[in-house]
Amino acid sequence: MKYLEEYRDPKAVEKIAAAIRRTVTRPWTLMEVCGGQTHTIVKTGLEALLPSEITLIHGPGCPVCVTPLELIDKAIALATKPGVTFCSFGDMLRVPGSRGSLFAAKAEGADVRIVYSPLDAVKLAQANPKRQVVFFSVGFETTAPANAMAVWEAARLGIANFSVLVAHVLVPPALRAILESPGCQVKAFLAPGHVCTVTGVEEYREISLTYGVPIVVTGFEPVDLLEGIRMAVSQLESGRAELESQYSRVVRREGNQHALRLMKEVFETSPRVWRGIGMIPASGLCLRPAFASFDAETRFALDIAPVSESKECIAGLVLQGLRKPYECPAFAVRCTPENPLGAPMVSSEGACAAYYLYGRRE
Amino acid sequence: MCLAIPGKLISVEERLDSDMRVGKVDFGGVNKEINLAFTPEAKPGDYVLVHVGFALSVVDEAEAQRIFDDLELLGALGESEEPLA
Repeated sequence: MKYLEEYRDPKAVEKIAAAIRRTVTRPWTLMEVCGGQTHTIVKTGLEALLPSEITLIHGPGCPVCVTPLELIDKAIALATKPGVTFCSFGDMLRVPGSRGSLFAAKAEGADVRIVYSPLDAVKLAQANPKRQVVFFSVGFETTAPANAMAVWEAARLGIANFSVLVAHVLVPPALRAILESPGCQVKAFLAPGHVCTVTGVEEYREISLTYGVPIVVTGFEPVDLLEGIRMAVSQLESGRAELESQYSRVVRREGNQHALRLMKEVFETSPRVWRGIGMIPASGLCLRPAFASFDAETRFALDIAPVSESKECIAGLVLQGLRKPYECPAFAVRCTPENPLGAPMVSSEGACAAYYLYGRRE
Repeated sequence: MCLAIPGKLISVEERLDSDMRVGKVDFGGVNKEINLAFTPEAKPGDYVLVHVGFALSVVDEAEAQRIFDDLELLGALGESEEPLA
């Protein structure tokens, strides 16, 4: 397909890898922020093409991985209520809560549906006025405008049996938290191209300036990722720390104003707990008061006991890039995609599952 | 989860029952109806980047080509053994 295949061309990949090898003189640690980027890197074995000086650490850009246990428990509690149809993107279904998952709840008879688009959940509510349809509104800034549109449409059409369980997270506060953590190893970031398609790049320019760290807005195909790495390494080697974009075929400096406007009309920022990392101020989204009647957490009385994570799981360290997945004693032994201890083993975009599936442990 | 795929916009439809534009997008032979509310500038023939049923951006053809032009330059530099700054 156009705009995909040419960015997977092995000759182009090798040319860029050679340029990186010619440029690098010292060890550098880079973080690719988005789980989709991690998936491409591990699946295609790009790390093997890089000189030994370059270390890639895999960032927390996987909404499935950072949604707290408590919210998964809430999702399961909602899904198992009589009269509720619970809709979600497919990758949330296998995430382990403290007891079971949405998938297990579905197997036991709960009405759990996988939707492709959040508007499908609104249509389902419209077609089934006697059911309460709850949509699991998760994702980064890429997904938030689409989810905002679902709430906005439901409000416009007066669909009273639709609501959302909101678990939205924002990328820039997480980058700041990583840069401010005492053990931070990251010398440059590959910023998530699809998040920036929505938000634009100015907030990343600000982070680059504030912390003196090179940031390259990067796409998701092998050529994109290697070119992003080449641009970041070139900045590091020449002592520059700027915002650059590798993904200009898609990302505009100002982002997508139509999407942003709707996102800001429906959602406002809120503190958010990130699974494995903890509370980050102003790092999430919640419904604005005007749309509060669509909040599933207030519409349904949910009595969720506080829970703690598996003691053995080191997901927090993996998500901050302080450990590689295979450095965990449970990796591929007591923790597998079939029986995950923590969320990064669930989604194929989670660093643990990517290493498990594609077997790279060097 | 931020997976987004480029596809070719084949046709655009204005819906009377809604203020949302939708269009038919071809993903390598698979056609899907896609919401164009966030890309009012998209016209048939454009490639749009699609995420969870919404077009988020119109792919800029000139920018898409640029990386390959830069690659030619990288290749030429490599062959002449010039160090890259």
